[in-house]
Amino acid sequence: MLDVTALDLARFQFAFTVSFHIMFPAFTIGLASYLAVLNGLHLWTGREIYLRLFDYWKIIFAVTFGMGVVSGIVMTYQFGTNWSVFSERAGPVIGPLMAYEVLTAFFLEAGFLGIMLFGRSKVGPKLHFLATLMVAIGTLGSAFWILSANSWMHTPQGAEVNEVGEFVPIDWWAVIFNPSFPYRLVHMVLAAYLTTALVVGAVGGWHLLRNRGDQGARKMFAMAMGMLVVTAPLQILAGDFHGLNTFEHQPAKVAALEGHYETHADGAPLILFGIPDDEAEETRWALQIPNLGSLILTHQWDGTVHGLREWPRDERPPAEIVFWSFRLMVALGFLMLGLGVWAAWARWRGLLYHTPNLFRAAIAMGPTGFVAVIAGWVTTEVGRQPRTVHGQLRTAGSVSPIDLPAVAGSLLAFIVVYFVVFGAGTVYILRLMSKRPEAGPPERDVGPIRAAGTTPAPARSRDFIPGE
Amino acid sequence: MELDLAFIGAGVIAFAVLAYVVLDGFDLGVGILFPAIEGETNRGLAMNTVAPVWDGNETWLIMGGGGLLAVFPLAYAVVMPALYVPLIVMLLALIFRGVAFEFRWRSRRKRIWDLSFFGGSLVATFAQGVALGALVQGIAVEDRAYAGGHWDWLTAFSLLTGMALVVGYTLLGSTWLVMKAGGYLHERARQIAWVAGPGTLALIGIVSLVTPFLNPRYFERWFEMPNVLFTVWVPALLLVAAWVFVRGMRTGPDWWPFAASLAMFVLSFIGLGISFYPYIVPPDLTIAETAAPESSLAFVLIGVLLLVPLILAYTGYAYWVFRGKIDPESGYH
Repeated sequence: MLDVTALDLARFQFAFTVSFHIMFPAFTIGLASYLAVLNGLHLWTGREIYLRLFDYWKIIFAVTFGMGVVSGIVMTYQFGTNWSVFSERAGPVIGPLMAYEVLTAFFLEAGFLGIMLFGRSKVGPKLHFLATLMVAIGTLGSAFWILSANSWMHTPQGAEVNEVGEFVPIDWWAVIFNPSFPYRLVHMVLAAYLTTALVVGAVGGWHLLRNRGDQGARKMFAMAMGMLVVTAPLQILAGDFHGLNTFEHQPAKVAALEGHYETHADGAPLILFGIPDDEAEETRWALQIPNLGSLILTHQWDGTVHGLREWPRDERPPAEIVFWSFRLMVALGFLMLGLGVWAAWARWRGLLYHTPNLFRAAIAMGPTGFVAVIAGWVTTEVGRQPRTVHGQLRTAGSVSPIDLPAVAGSLLAFIVVYFVVFGAGTVYILRLMSKRPEAGPPERDVGPIRAAGTTPAPARSRDFIPGE
Repeated sequence: MELDLAFIGAGVIAFAVLAYVVLDGFDLGVGILFPAIEGETNRGLAMNTVAPVWDGNETWLIMGGGGLLAVFPLAYAVVMPALYVPLIVMLLALIFRGVAFEFRWRSRRKRIWDLSFFGGSLVATFAQGVALGALVQGIAVEDRAYAGGHWDWLTAFSLLTGMALVVGYTLLGSTWLVMKAGGYLHERARQIAWVAGPGTLALIGIVSLVTPFLNPRYFERWFEMPNVLFTVWVPALLLVAAWVFVRGMRTGPDWWPFAASLAMFVLSFIGLGISFYPYIVPPDLTIAETAAPESSLAFVLIGVLLLVPLILAYTGYAYWVFRGKIDPESGYH
């Protein structure tokens, strides 16, 4: 018999379901904003192409959003089924934040989603734009609250533990705006925008590779690459600030992801690569640059960086995981920046729509936003171990009083269902993406004829919809 | 003061659960009666009557779960592990039906997702009914944690409530279609409603008769003087709802049967509340015992007070936009 406990499986189940779930919001947060921009641009300029792109991405949004909702409901209940002790103790803090997420964000999204998807001809273009905007604001609002709750688990403050072990909120402002929250919020929202830009860019690139004259593909490709070149450097900057914040509040996490076991009092190197070994407490074959680690983390040539040996073994996060996930995320971030710069350069040279290798690179980079998001979450969540609430509540002491067979059974069911259902969903999304975005006349023939806001309802172009 | 906040909090959770039951109830019901609808187009039409609103309806389930965690963390921590199996089954089933709304139109094999929509709706409903029955019959608690086994929820009573909810949601779904659809779909829904209506009333009757014998406290609450002077109104009003249902089905207007079905659910829910109060997890945990600290309650309740009216307003607006009989040409599919 393998030495697996209910705790291990409960952790794996959470990691599995949340990893699947995060991919949907990561995409829909960005896509909702993109849809609002497209809808707004159409209203403002009256140009048909924006509405065409809106309708194109709207359906992809609907499919993704549906999967996000159903996988999200699982998360709401999993706190109770598998992590009931955590729920009972931290519920008074986490629960209200999630309640606000529902009240301010989920209802807003869901309430206006129907109008956004089906109601344009019923409410007219202006209210339809407003509905799209509400959906976009809702997605951002949900990011606000859930990241506040998550950040509190990393940098808890504003609450005291009472005699039965409950966290009792004392100062809600301090709870919500806990130290890591602003950084995590900015980092995640930018990640969502990047993820969406990469997907939209890949779809644009795919169609440009087939037909460089496709106006819809050109427009989405240009918008995506523009977004990328602005967002990627901002994200690297935001990531750096987030890292400094983590260094201040969760130094063990930083030590683990940097692969430092020894404390360096006179300047820590930056380990580029190596093989961390938690057992032996060393990073083997480390390829490192002297003092750069201290320079990045402390902004001093010889600033002190604590190593994992400063913490007892049962208080250390596993470097063997976060060392790699962190490097993967950072490497992908720089590749995204590279793609953005390349596209900007091509645009400057007037070659944005005429560089097949750029299209290919954009296609290859299409899924990397998702990979980076998951790598980033692995880094921050595994880096918080062995606790669910940093410094306060151990993961082992958070789990429900449930038996191995129950967790194993539900885990197996989740794995099978998620792969089957969300696998099918991915196929449908890819099929939708393979439809050509542009079917009408070149846009300049359509453009400036109409005044803003007087555009009639779109002609139903059935050829947008596959599977019929 | 603390007791008051907890009491209001209980009201909020009860409202969220009720809103979930009646709203997702009718769209789950549409799923349950899906196989009884013949023809690809008619099924698509039935699905489109709920497509613009199902997501908002299901948000009340998140409100119920998230709200319970916020307001009664101890109740949440006890109930979830106790109802582990039915809840996991419900979540998985909701996945199958939720994705069907979009997948059905994207697939070359619609039948798979029709089956997924039907099966998901049926199983999710049954699981919810079973969970409710298990809660009513009582949950073993020791030392602020669930103290029972994994199969405690499985009893003849919980299977009965599971079945009752399936029939009840079918009634909501069919009367919804009576109201929202014309032509074949309307007529078919009427036929189903004529079966589901009496079926629901009969099952409400059976469950109501069994419940007082599960727990002596329920019995006292319902049948002893002077309580009976108040409780007798619930079955009396239920009879009124039954009359409205029959009248609406016979002579219209088409929204009467749906309104009557909603009333049946609201009254059953009130009946449940009468049995439970002041307990939230019978037979041991009360509302006051499980309530979150006052600072948490106050924070949540302010948000509820300010935001729920707004939510009801724009949700109502969304329903208003899609009011009336569904246009067979509608939808983007």
